[in-house]
Amino acid sequence: MTLTATDLLLEATDVSKTYGAVVALHNVSLAVRPGEVHALMGANGAGKSTLVKILTGAVSPDSGRIVVRGRERVSHSPADARRNGLVSVYQEPAVIPDLDIRENLRLTQTAVEPFRHWLNELGLENLNLSTLSRRLPLASLRIIDLARALAIEPDVLLLDEITAALPANLTERVLEVVQQQGSNRSVIFISHRLIEIAAVCDRATVLRNGETVGVVDVAAGSEDKIVELMLGESAAALAERQDDAGAAAERRQKTPRLSLLGVSAARRLHNASFELYPGEVLGVVALEGQGQDELFDVLAGSERPTSGSLLVDGKPTSFRHPADAIRIGMVYVAADRAEALLMQRSVRENISLPFTARILQWGWINLGRERRKVDEAVDTLQIDARAGAEVRRLSGGNQQKVTIARWVASGVKTMLAFDPTRGIDIRTKTQIYVLLRDLAAAGAAILLYTSELKEIQLACDRVIVIFGGEVVAEMPAAQADEVALLRAAHNLKPGSALPEEIAASRPSDKAAVQAAIESQSATVNQS
Amino acid sequence: MSATSAPIDQPRGGGGDRISTFARDNAWTLGLIGFLAVLLLFTKYVNQTYGLDSLASTATSVVPLALAAVAQAVVVLSGGIDLSVASQMALTSCVAATLMKGYPGEDVAVVIVVGVLLLGLVLGAINGALVVLTKVPDIIVTLGTSFVWAGFALLVRPAPGGSAAQWLKDLVVGPIVSGIDVIPKAAVLLVIIVAVIWIPLSRSRLGLSLYAIGSNPLAAFRSGVAVNRTKVLSYIVTGFVAAFAGLSLTASTGIGTPVPEPTYVLISIAAVVLGGVSMAGGIGGAFGPIVAVIVLQLIRDDMTFMHVDPNYGLVAQGIILIGVLMVGSLIQQRRSRA
Repeated sequence: MTLTATDLLLEATDVSKTYGAVVALHNVSLAVRPGEVHALMGANGAGKSTLVKILTGAVSPDSGRIVVRGRERVSHSPADARRNGLVSVYQEPAVIPDLDIRENLRLTQTAVEPFRHWLNELGLENLNLSTLSRRLPLASLRIIDLARALAIEPDVLLLDEITAALPANLTERVLEVVQQQGSNRSVIFISHRLIEIAAVCDRATVLRNGETVGVVDVAAGSEDKIVELMLGESAAALAERQDDAGAAAERRQKTPRLSLLGVSAARRLHNASFELYPGEVLGVVALEGQGQDELFDVLAGSERPTSGSLLVDGKPTSFRHPADAIRIGMVYVAADRAEALLMQRSVRENISLPFTARILQWGWINLGRERRKVDEAVDTLQIDARAGAEVRRLSGGNQQKVTIARWVASGVKTMLAFDPTRGIDIRTKTQIYVLLRDLAAAGAAILLYTSELKEIQLACDRVIVIFGGEVVAEMPAAQADEVALLRAAHNLKPGSALPEEIAASRPSDKAAVQAAIESQSATVNQS
Repeated sequence: MSATSAPIDQPRGGGGDRISTFARDNAWTLGLIGFLAVLLLFTKYVNQTYGLDSLASTATSVVPLALAAVAQAVVVLSGGIDLSVASQMALTSCVAATLMKGYPGEDVAVVIVVGVLLLGLVLGAINGALVVLTKVPDIIVTLGTSFVWAGFALLVRPAPGGSAAQWLKDLVVGPIVSGIDVIPKAAVLLVIIVAVIWIPLSRSRLGLSLYAIGSNPLAAFRSGVAVNRTKVLSYIVTGFVAAFAGLSLTASTGIGTPVPEPTYVLISIAAVVLGGVSMAGGIGGAFGPIVAVIVLQLIRDDMTFMHVDPNYGLVAQGIILIGVLMVGSLIQQRRSRA
C-alpha cells in the first residue's frame, strides 16, 4: 500500500504545549493513515494524554496544526472535535451516573440503532437501556462508551486504555471490533499492554519526554524496538551506590518491618505479597492503575483490605484509621501535595499536625517543644520557609519537603512514599532521595513507588514490580535497569518474545487475538 | 488568620520582621479595623451627637450578635455551617428565663446558667451527630434543627416573658465603673468570654484539628485526624458559644423571647464572611467576625441617623457587604498572583 501525505486521514504536525515551566509536548507529530490501527506509545508522563486531549479539543495547543482528511481543523471542545470527526473514549467512563443509558445517549445526540448494533458486536446484547448508569459495572460502562463512540461514526476513534478495566472475554471482543473497522475509519489505540499492540496495531508512534521519537511498523519482534524507543538512552546515574550484598543479607536476617500475605483490596489489588525490611528502601514499579494506589492506601490505613493479612514487626496488624498507622510510625507521603497539606495554613501547623492530631489528648499544644521539633525538621530538610505563613505560597519542591518533614518530626519507622518526586525539580528530587537513604540508614524501612524508572537504581536497594494487582517480579536494584523494569512492568518475561504464531497470523485472525489474551492471563496467573 | 492564633505562626526573626509578618498575616482584620475607623468618623459626621456613650451603647447592643458570629465562625472555619444558631439562642434564652422565674433566687440562677450552657453543648452535639451520621448536607440538617429548636422554644415559652437573676442582668447592663461610661460591662464580658473560649481552643490540638478538617479533610484524615469526631466537636463548641449568646439575650432584656430573630443567622454568616473567615473553611478566627458585627451594626445605625427608608436600608446593607467582599477578594487575588 503506497500512500502520499494527502491520503492521511489525520495529521498533526509540530504540536507543542507548555504548562508553566513544564514542556508537555514539543513539536510532536502524528500521522494516521485511513483504515489503520495506530498505537500511541510512551512511558508515564511522555505526553500521550496531553496529545489526546489536544486532538479531542479538551486542551488547546500552543502551536501546531491538526489536519483531518486534508482540511485544517481547530477544536475548542470535545463537541467541536466530534463535529471534526474525532471521537475519543477516555480512560474514565464518560457517562453520567444518575442518568439511564438512553438519556446518556440523548445527551450526546447518539442514535439508538447503531448503538445497539455495536453493543451486540461487543458482547453486551442484553443491556436494558433504561438502567441507571450507576447500577452498571465499570466494564459495561467502558463497553457502552465504546459503542456510543462507534455509533457516532467518527473518522478517527481514539481509545485511551480501553482494555484496562475489562475482563479477558470482553477485551477479546473489543480487539476484534477494533480490527473490523473499515478502510474509512482509523483508530488511535493507547494501551500499556504490548501484547495487544502487537495483536491489533499496524503502526506505532512512540513519544518520549514530550517528543516524537519514532514511528514503528508493528511486526514480529517490534515490541523490543518500541521499548527501546520509549526509554531512549538511559540517563547516566547521578551517583553509583555500592550495593552491599553483605548488608542486604544481614537485613534479611531480621524480622521484616512489614509483611504482606495475599492482600487484596478494592478492584485492583489482588493477592499481593512481599516483605519490607528495616533499613532498606524497597522500590515499587508499576504501570498506571495496576493496584499500587490501593496498596499504599491499605498500608497507610486509608482503606481496608478485603482479604489477606498484614504483619508489622511480625505481629498481625489491621488499621481502622490512618491515625492507627501513624501511631506505630507508619506514614504516607502523597504524590499530590494538595492531598496532604493544609494549603492556607502555615508551615509550622502543617508539620505539627500529625503529632498534635490526636484530639483525645486534651490540652494545650506545648508551643516550645513544638517549635523545637518543627525547627529541627525544617533545618534537616533545608526547607525554604520564607513564605511560611501559607504553605500554598511555597514552591512545589518545598511543599513536598513539608509533607516529609512532618513525618521526620514525628518519628518515622516506616515511610510509604508514593511518587514523592512527581513534578519536582532535579535538585530537590536529589535532596529527597538522599533524605530517604539517610532515613533508611537510621533504621527506617521505606517503600518507594516512583514513576521515574531511572531513579529506582539511585534510591532503592531492591525493587518489586506490580502488574494486575500482583507482585510479578522482584530484583535487586543492581539488575533493575530501565529495560528490565519496563519489560517487567509490561509483564514480559526476560528474553521472551511474543509467540511467533500470533505475530505471523496478523492482522485479523480472531484465534490469534484470543491466544494472545489467554497467554497473557496465563503468565499473570503463573507468577 | 486571627490575631489570637498568630503566636503559632510567627517565624523566627527580628522584631521588625515579626511586625510586618503579623501585618501581612492579619491584613484582612487590620483592613476591617481601618474600615471601622472610617465608619466611626462617618457616623460622627451624620450624627453630631454620637459620642463615647453612644459608642458604649452600640457595644452593649452587639454582644448577643457578636457571640452568635463567633459561634458561627467556629463551625465555618471547620468547613461546616450552622443555620440553627439563632434558634439555639432563642431556646437557651427561653429556658433560662423560664427557669429563673420558676425558681427565683440568686444562687439557684448559677445552677440554671450552668445547666443552660450544658444544654448548648447538647444541642450542638445533636447537630454534629446528625451531620456526621446521616451524611445529609450540613446546611439542610441545621435548617431542619433550627425549626426543631424554635419549636421547643415556643413550647417552653408560648409568649415572651420570664425573668432573669439580678446578678446576670448586672453582668451586661451599665458601665464597668459607675460614672465612667466609656467601658460598658457588656464589652468587657464579651472579651472575657471570647478569650476564655477562643484562646485555649486556637492553641489546643482540637483547634488545629478544626482548621485541618476545614482546610483539607483528606489531608487531615491522612495525617491521623479523626475527621468525623472533630466535626462533631466543632458543632458542640458552636452550641456552647450559642448558649452564651442566648444567656446574654436574657441578661440584657430580662426575659426570654421564643421567636428567634430571623436576621441573626444571616448576620452571623455575613459577619463571618466579612470577618475574614473563608466559607470554604480553614481560614479565620474569632476576632474578625466580632469587628465585622460592629461594622454591620454601625451601618444600620447610620441608616437610621440618615433617615433612610428601612427597606432601602436593607438593600444598601446587602450592597455594601458584597462591595466590601469584592474589594477584599480582588486584593487577595492580586496578592497571590504576585
